[in-house]
Amino acid sequence: MFAVRIHGRGGQGVVTAAELLSQAAFQEGRHAQAFPSFGSERTGAPVVSFCRVSDREIRTREPILEPDALVVQDPTLLHQVDVFGGLSKDGYVLINTVFDFEELGLQEWSAGFRRERLLTVPASDISRDYEPYARANTALLGGLASLTGVVSIGSIERAIAERFGGAVGVGNVEAARACHDFVSAELLELAHA
Amino acid sequence: MLEQIEGSKAVAKAVAMCRPEVIPAYPISPQTHIVEALSAMVDAGELAPCEFVNVESEFAAMSVAIGASVTGARAYTATASQGLLYMAEALYNASGLGLPIVMTVANRAIGAPINIWNDHSDSMSQRDSGWIQLYVESNQDAVDTHFLAFRLAEQLSTPVMVCMDGFILTHAVERIDLPSQETVDAFLPPFEPRQLLDPDAPVSIGAMVGPEAFAEVKYLAHAKQLQALDEIPRIATQLTGALGREQTGLLRGYRADDADTIVVALGSVLGTIEDAIDELRDAGVSIGAVGIKAFRPFPLSEVGAALGRADRVVVIEKALAVGVGGIVSHDVRIALEGEDSRARESRPAVHTVIAGLGGRSITVASLKKVFEDAVAGRLPALTFLDLDSGLVERELARTRASRRSGPHAENMLRDLGFVDPNPNPDPV
Repeated sequence: MFAVRIHGRGGQGVVTAAELLSQAAFQEGRHAQAFPSFGSERTGAPVVSFCRVSDREIRTREPILEPDALVVQDPTLLHQVDVFGGLSKDGYVLINTVFDFEELGLQEWSAGFRRERLLTVPASDISRDYEPYARANTALLGGLASLTGVVSIGSIERAIAERFGGAVGVGNVEAARACHDFVSAELLELAHA
Repeated sequence: MLEQIEGSKAVAKAVAMCRPEVIPAYPISPQTHIVEALSAMVDAGELAPCEFVNVESEFAAMSVAIGASVTGARAYTATASQGLLYMAEALYNASGLGLPIVMTVANRAIGAPINIWNDHSDSMSQRDSGWIQLYVESNQDAVDTHFLAFRLAEQLSTPVMVCMDGFILTHAVERIDLPSQETVDAFLPPFEPRQLLDPDAPVSIGAMVGPEAFAEVKYLAHAKQLQALDEIPRIATQLTGALGREQTGLLRGYRADDADTIVVALGSVLGTIEDAIDELRDAGVSIGAVGIKAFRPFPLSEVGAALGRADRVVVIEKALAVGVGGIVSHDVRIALEGEDSRARESRPAVHTVIAGLGGRSITVASLKKVFEDAVAGRLPALTFLDLDSGLVERELARTRASRRSGPHAENMLRDLGFVDPNPNPDPV
């Protein structure tokens, strides 16, 4: 079982992102369960969405309290919500920002974690290269695929294309691919550092 | 065909395959996605012939469903929470008249305090409305149970409620196997009404009945529900054959046959309970579960037989009978009384655990703790899972300290820091 928690604000598409991740896992013949932080989807309000991916049927319905990976789509939440709650020391973190962990004031926090699993990525900027259709939520899924390998970038692309189709699908697929490649390059750099 | 799809959309597709002819509906979270999807299918001509009626209230929704059903149309609607309460009077009419309407209830708490999250307070409040109530465990179960519901309703000419946990199921996206239209058509024959408003053969429906026959007419509704105790397993077996997936009839056991401790629950919490049971079994605890699908009619003898040999029963309930405690537990106790294979003193003790009210998460960790307490003989007859008793005590202290202590909900949110601690600051 691999559990992903996505933090964002109402309107940014974090619920859609969790659903797309589940659809990508489904493309790979795996079991997946995506669900929102029930009922709090108001524009601008903190929203959490969840996705479990497993090779076996998923029975539990509890929220994801101990995620294997965290995606923070809106970095303004970092000091407002306990986004890191329950994350294991082997957990993955992907934050949508142009800053690094030090600049975000997270240097101290990140000490106990595996450095190569904590990344920031300018997903909003990347998605703007594919305007007017692309959004950061789909871009981040590409980054997550590279960082964690929970699903392949190909499955993410298929899930996005099936969901949106047309120019919207193409734009978001390209943003996801670009974000994937950005993260892959970062990981390569970290490995050689 | 396998699809990775939202629970509400899957239910809408399943309902559409049942070819409803009239869908009157009024939106209310968390049910809205179901009727939204159905209205889109009607609009696109994918579901035809079917009339989608945007009504002005839930009372009207059920009233239109009643009107449609007596003209021989297959009628469906969906609601939740306050919406179900608002149609309460019409619910009794639907069941009293014996009209085979099928309704999805996307289970949600009832205010006050207003709350849109999941529990079973809404459908449990209509326990005695004469509707059959089937609680589903998963979105696949929700899909399949709608096929069963239409067949059962029309066979007995009585209304059926399919209760699915709001948000937890309705808004969850997971793998669903949807059958073909041909499979559903073969399983569910066209609606053949037992009573019909037909201009060519005029009748009246809905006579006033005095003391001379009222009890007998009501008794028939009870008799139909007792008949359903035979019909539900029979139809479930046929549906198992049609879909090639095991269907639960009245109830389902999980590692319960040899268990000293048996957990009883309804709905989606059963999956979480099964995970907790597996962990405890791995630690050597003799524990299992019984999931009750048919809450009305209540399968007294089947529940009694399933629980009779256990030492203790823990009922996890997502609703509260204020002033008493458990709702399901009460029926479980009756079932155990009817189980005369064991002497009164050796019958299992029944513990009620009120859990998940207003969307409070029910976690494996909390469940395991409660089950371990039960096994160790530490669990009281009535408990509230993860109750913040400090919060309750502090509010009680405030009510003792001041006559005008103010509204509980606001006081307690302020206590938790969820709202401004100083709502009426002095003007500057």
